[in-house]
Amino acid sequence: MNRLATTFARLKADNRAGFVTYIMAGDGETAELLDRLPAAGADVIELGMPFTDPMADGPSIQGAALRALDNGMTLKGTLALARAFRENHPDTPLVLMGYANPVHHMGYGAFARAAADAGVDGLICVDLPPEEDTELREALAAENISIIRLATPTTNNDRLKTVAEGSSGFVYYVSTTGVTGMGKGAATDVADAVKRVQTATGLPVAVGFGVRTPEEAAEIASGGADAVVVGSAIVSANHDGGTKTALELVRSISAAVRAAS
Amino acid sequence: MTAKPNAFSQYPDAQGRFGEFGGRYVAETLMPNILALEKAYEDAKADPAFTAEFEDFLKHYVGRPSPLYFAERLTDHFGGAQIWLKRDELNHTGAHKINNCLGQVLLAKRMGKTRIIAETGAGQHGVATATIAARFGLPCEVFMGATDVERQAPNVFRMKLLGAKVHAVKSGRGTLKDAMNEALRDWVTYPDETFYVIGTVAGPHPYPMMVRDFQSVIGREAREQMLERIGRLPDAAVACIGGGSNAMGLFHPFLEDENVRLIGVEAAGKGLDTPDHAASLNGGEPGILHGNRTYLLQDEGGQIVEGHSISAGLDYPGIGPEHAFLHDVKRAEYVSATDDEALEMFQLCSKLEGIIPALEPAHALARVRDLAVELDPDGVILMNMCGRGDKDVPQVARMLGVEV
Repeated sequence: MNRLATTFARLKADNRAGFVTYIMAGDGETAELLDRLPAAGADVIELGMPFTDPMADGPSIQGAALRALDNGMTLKGTLALARAFRENHPDTPLVLMGYANPVHHMGYGAFARAAADAGVDGLICVDLPPEEDTELREALAAENISIIRLATPTTNNDRLKTVAEGSSGFVYYVSTTGVTGMGKGAATDVADAVKRVQTATGLPVAVGFGVRTPEEAAEIASGGADAVVVGSAIVSANHDGGTKTALELVRSISAAVRAAS
Repeated sequence: MTAKPNAFSQYPDAQGRFGEFGGRYVAETLMPNILALEKAYEDAKADPAFTAEFEDFLKHYVGRPSPLYFAERLTDHFGGAQIWLKRDELNHTGAHKINNCLGQVLLAKRMGKTRIIAETGAGQHGVATATIAARFGLPCEVFMGATDVERQAPNVFRMKLLGAKVHAVKSGRGTLKDAMNEALRDWVTYPDETFYVIGTVAGPHPYPMMVRDFQSVIGREAREQMLERIGRLPDAAVACIGGGSNAMGLFHPFLEDENVRLIGVEAAGKGLDTPDHAASLNGGEPGILHGNRTYLLQDEGGQIVEGHSISAGLDYPGIGPEHAFLHDVKRAEYVSATDDEALEMFQLCSKLEGIIPALEPAHALARVRDLAVELDPDGVILMNMCGRGDKDVPQVARMLGVEV
């Protein structure tokens, strides 16, 4: 059992939805922000790996990726941030999220070993659908790292089986067709979809893409999701007001999620 | 002459792979779309009515078959093998791009899609897509890097004249790859109603195969015309390569003719020993971008690097996966030509043949020159003149210090 499984089991026992926070490695004071996220209420942390061509992301995260790259952030640097986080936080799951090319360039085996060494628990690779992730998935499995797959409103029940096969940790349900930060799907649709994905995959379901406010997060949490993911809003807060502003938002969303479920 | 069967033309496999290249590297939202597109394309390909309509429009609207022309004065000037030009620059809209746009828009119509989107760099593919969309009465939106919108104002106006909406893409660095990212974002957002017309033999499967098939009319015609005109196949078929659609269209019908050398010419920009080039095969490494695994220009951390070329049609940091495959199995040779060489050939071809070539095929001409000398005078070279140079006249004038 890795930290993701432990965390989702604990959330289930506590009968509440989890809160997953996304930030971009290298955009602002990432080390400090990472260090303070668990105390502010993050149950799981997604750490973005910057890429020049983030084609599934909206303007907030695109901007963060380019700023991070301009700041000199690399995949190795991202792994170093993860390792530093892990030294002080033995229990909070850390998931890397990004695009395939930098990982492919490092080599799947080398990446899996380095990620395990840095205490990483899972990987979300946006442009690696199940059809293309076998080699990476096997390399990660050897290191007990989960590959977390995406399901979307366009993923029908047949495909959900494909999505479930070989994935672990949780399923990331993209609540709307579109890019990150665009606005969420209708709450009832999302609640229905969450049930559908939970049933088909047997995995916890985290809902994201376009959840921006405490109210929206609470609505998703009370709709049966196992966790709510907030990314673009935290990234924007961090860019506009720095670590303090980002943490304030995290605390308010965390409180709303806990109250809702 | 009968073609010798070999394995090269059998790709891609069921997973959309050409050897270890190609595939379907897209976000989950697009997977159902990609799979539906693949199925719709297979159905269309098997339907004689679809092919008949495609061929009818190619003939009467695009103006095919394009002529095969013996470039006698270039041949004399280089003093070697015969040079034959496949005149795809005479197509409607002035380049080979329209062959593919026609095929894809007919497919969009067949699939009941109500909205066409496309990416464009210099604007040639955007203009061709807008043209065909206008002909079929479909709304068309073109994504173009903000930098390119500024540089290519006449093509922007052409697209608008044709009824298309042009989005100036400011995200990223505002170039062709960013335009492609933005088109993919749009497609992810409106997957049901939208048909994305990709302009080259790249992107997720089935695009590299589908675009190649639509462009293969170039090689099929040229092969027949060569046999008809001189009773033999050429010793070499040469084409310039950005993403590689005109080259793939020329090469594919010759893949099984193992005595025909296939030569692709990449843009070496200011030189392969400088950072300013767009030669993905000669100066890149395998990686994953825009839906496929192929050779890419990238840095040591796997970040994509911008390509540079005098020709906006060649400065894409990737290359079609089938070219990556043909390169690795050595069925095709990939060489390069610099900005300066292209500029020289642009002028030479204009003066000697009365044909102003686009800067893209001017690159190919630079290697045709070497090849003509390398082969003996009995040799025959076939080159695809994939576009005309009208669009490049203002830029070339500036570079030559002439005010127009």
